[in-house]
Amino acid sequence: MIKISGDDYRKIINHAISQLPDEACGLIAGEADGADKLIKKVYLLTNIDHSNEHFSLDPKEQLAAIKDMRASGYIPLGNWHSHPETPSRPSEEDKRLAYDKNASYFILSLMDKDNPVLNSFHIEGSDVTKEDLIIEDGNQK
Amino acid sequence: MKITVSGEIKEVQAELTVAELIKQENVETPEYISVSVNDDFVKSEDFATHKLQEGDNVEFLYFMGGGSDGIYK
Repeated sequence: MIKISGDDYRKIINHAISQLPDEACGLIAGEADGADKLIKKVYLLTNIDHSNEHFSLDPKEQLAAIKDMRASGYIPLGNWHSHPETPSRPSEEDKRLAYDKNASYFILSLMDKDNPVLNSFHIEGSDVTKEDLIIEDGNQK
Repeated sequence: MKITVSGEIKEVQAELTVAELIKQENVETPEYISVSVNDDFVKSEDFATHKLQEGDNVEFLYFMGGGSDGIYK
């Protein structure tokens, strides 16, 4: 089970909307206890592809985020990105580039901007499993 | 000599190259990592020749990317 605060959830949505029409992306960090993960901090990074259909994290910002996580006592838990016009599920490219089997991959769909959909996935090779995600002000995905 | 790898101080042999460190650290999928030494990124073509120095701070970063390309709407 993965928990994220309502504030961090809204932070992701607001940033993703601000980056439209491009995909937005970032990192998630916090604490892990077995399969349970608690998101304590969300990082908003630059999509250096500046594309509506692709994203790559800015390595310099990624490095700064990793250092900040370490200084804060958090561990990297995964990453997030938005799909501006498509559903919240991994594309073939998302699967191909998901190298870390321990990471959670958050995908935010903005197909319906008034009703964004955020899901978390475990990706290992071509196997994709939707993870239980709890948004702490009460909504469960 | 002592260097810091992903925040951890380690004793390594003198003149270790980045490529040798990657192997020594058993980095998974090394073809998808970026390496920074003292906050400067080392080009992958220089991994085999870039010699680390005493006190260097090394970070391994996995490329992270993807996108919605190919998903039907």
